[in-house]
Amino acid sequence: MKSIVENFDLFAPKLVDKEEYYCSGHRACQGCGEALAIRLMAKALGKDTVVTNATGCMEVTATPYPTTAWKLPWVHVAFPNSAAVGAGVEAALKSLRRKGKIADRDVKVVSIGGDGGSFDIGFQAISGAMERGHNMIYIVYDNEAYMNTGIQRSGATPYGASTTTRPAGKQSVGNTTWKKNMAEIMVAHKVPYVATACHSYPFDFMDKVKKAKKVNGPAFIHCLAVCPTGWRCPSDACIKMGRLAVETGVFPLYEVENGKYKMTIEMPKKLRPIEDYLKPQGRFRHLTPDQIQIFKGMAMLEYNKVLERIKHSKSWSDMTS
Amino acid sequence: MSKRIGMEIAMAAAEAVALCRPDVIAAYPITPNTHIPEHLADIVADGDLDCEYIAVESEHSALSACTGASAAGARVFTATSSQGLLYMYEIVPVVPSMRLPVIMCLGNRAISGPINIWNDHSDYMCVRDLGWISMFASNGQETIDMCIQAFKIGEHADVMLPVLVNLDGFQLTHVVEAMMMPDQEEVDKFLPPRKPFAALHPDNVVSMGTLGLPDIYNEAKKANDEALINSKKVILEIWKEWETMFGRKYEPIMSYKANDADVLMLTMGSMGETAQVAIDELRKEGFKAGLLDLKLYRPFPADELKKAVKGCKNLIVIDRAVMSGGAAAPVCAEVKSVLYDEPDRPVITNDIIGLGGRDVRVEDFIKIFKKAAKAKPERAYEIYGVRG
Amino acid sequence: MTEKKWPETWQDTNPGLMIFKPGSSRSYLTGGWRAQKPIWDNTKCIKCGVCYLFCPEACITEDAEGFFMADLNYCKGCGICYHECWPRAIKMVED
Repeated sequence: MKSIVENFDLFAPKLVDKEEYYCSGHRACQGCGEALAIRLMAKALGKDTVVTNATGCMEVTATPYPTTAWKLPWVHVAFPNSAAVGAGVEAALKSLRRKGKIADRDVKVVSIGGDGGSFDIGFQAISGAMERGHNMIYIVYDNEAYMNTGIQRSGATPYGASTTTRPAGKQSVGNTTWKKNMAEIMVAHKVPYVATACHSYPFDFMDKVKKAKKVNGPAFIHCLAVCPTGWRCPSDACIKMGRLAVETGVFPLYEVENGKYKMTIEMPKKLRPIEDYLKPQGRFRHLTPDQIQIFKGMAMLEYNKVLERIKHSKSWSDMTS
Repeated sequence: MSKRIGMEIAMAAAEAVALCRPDVIAAYPITPNTHIPEHLADIVADGDLDCEYIAVESEHSALSACTGASAAGARVFTATSSQGLLYMYEIVPVVPSMRLPVIMCLGNRAISGPINIWNDHSDYMCVRDLGWISMFASNGQETIDMCIQAFKIGEHADVMLPVLVNLDGFQLTHVVEAMMMPDQEEVDKFLPPRKPFAALHPDNVVSMGTLGLPDIYNEAKKANDEALINSKKVILEIWKEWETMFGRKYEPIMSYKANDADVLMLTMGSMGETAQVAIDELRKEGFKAGLLDLKLYRPFPADELKKAVKGCKNLIVIDRAVMSGGAAAPVCAEVKSVLYDEPDRPVITNDIIGLGGRDVRVEDFIKIFKKAAKAKPERAYEIYGVRG
Repeated sequence: MTEKKWPETWQDTNPGLMIFKPGSSRSYLTGGWRAQKPIWDNTKCIKCGVCYLFCPEACITEDAEGFFMADLNYCKGCGICYHECWPRAIKMVED
């Protein structure tokens, strides 16, 4: 690691677009990682964007009528269909532009949803929209449970996390399975640009959003978003927890361009001990040393898979030429 | 100039929709659907219609994509039936609540279970109260006409609501009929391009589908209900305009030999034409029989119904769906509620026929008619012809 | 657009509850949620802007001299800026 503020230049924050497209006055919790990620995403996307939002924290906290936190055109229809609504908006903009009914310039459609709205109930719509090749970005804000409704487990909840529907107890470790690998699933859909990201690495995240915007086709970003409320950690630890997820190898940051994997945030030779990540979080507090070893095993299996892919994956364009 | 054609009604509906120049179509092929989206896909593939056709992975996404496209200002169309409608159910009430015109053809079919793909009205009855303008066609010609009218009605600045065009599955969708098909020039003259009230575009930033907390939810519901009720005025205007242009008359309740009738039957959809033959037979036998055919189900034409039944002694409401455990079958329950305050209301009986594709013949209507004329039945409604 | 009286009547609601005032959430002040507030010691501040970048509320702004401050109308007191300021120029104090 280069410096205490990680891999971005010391004064780079000054160069970020000062315009806020996701404004103050939204009603997300103190220290909400999702709200920060959305704010950064909107800055990276800029004005010529339409956002479709699945039901969830980011939807209810942003637009209680008659006010909206959004300065980008924004639409919410329901929980499972952000990707399908986005596909419709994309098709409409394409059709109307071709017919000369709207201005002749690129407007990117970005569909967003939480892990529940993406890993679980919205999975089919995402699969459809990505597979059909719409010119759109899907970004999932993964805080590893249904936080809006009170911390129920989802397909993105990691092993050992205590949630209200898979709580830790005398006979229960909490969640017993590891999270779905959404990035890999999207690569299997032949999505030309897939990336993992985290708000704790803002420039890496914003670069990925900008890269996704340039793709003429589907793009998918899996963004880990810390939820201090659901993870039961102090609100000021939001950025730190994201950083620890990366440095322990639990959530490596990489991108996959046309099937070719690449780490975007350099990993230390020796990963930080996983306990550093687990200990500050109330949702893991009950884990015994043995259970921590199981957690570690599951996390390392995924991490090593990524390292393997980085070594061996080839770009699809190399394979066809 | 309109052209006389003979083709399957589903395909004719597709051609009529194509004449309306939709910008986006999203449809899912089966659970089940009709030939409408398939034929539209052909028209797009041949370059005869400039349109984005999204072959979605489910009906839920079909209506979601249509909602997104309509929010972006496009003219949109989809079609479905039966389980497909039930699968998109979650989105059905959201569309009118967002005041977005989406036009949908519903090839009315039974719903599971038992699984059955044939005709009745149970699919529509699941969504009747969710805020869509709803029309029922009795034949191919009405299907074509309503498809075109639907765009103009739904997109009208005083309406901004989705419209369902109901046509009976198989009895209409898969039947070949002779019809008059308007030409492109006529449709262009009747139907101007959509001018959206608001559209998702960075040039005019809007937030849509916002959160309605308890302090505004009631007002939002009232506003939507009023919009649907008030759409009748626009529907009547547009039907008048249609009559002037094409010479075919539409009214919320069409009547047949009803003026001097003692006993009226009320039907909806393709049954109307069979019932007309029954009425003729009954008249020959000396009964003063007449028929009311409900064309507009939402907004419900209460005033028209009160007027239409004035002077008749018996009213036989024919339903094609069961309202399980309810006070009557769905159309009849509504009719009774409208007529309750009328001082000279007729005796009302209620028969459910043709469920799940069971044949509905002329003699069935005659039997129902004669039975109703005799005595008040023991039960509020009966499933006609059920064995046992 | 003329200001509407809140709560709106059904006649006054925007069709479909559409909102035509981008960024109007700023009329909802979230500062009251706060228990602690951040204070900057400009002698320690190196003007890097990391506090600005990491603020989920978008409520930290830069002044003419390049120093930063939080708009207390919106600051929820989460302490991220305090935690991430590596020159330790920010302190959280009881509000």
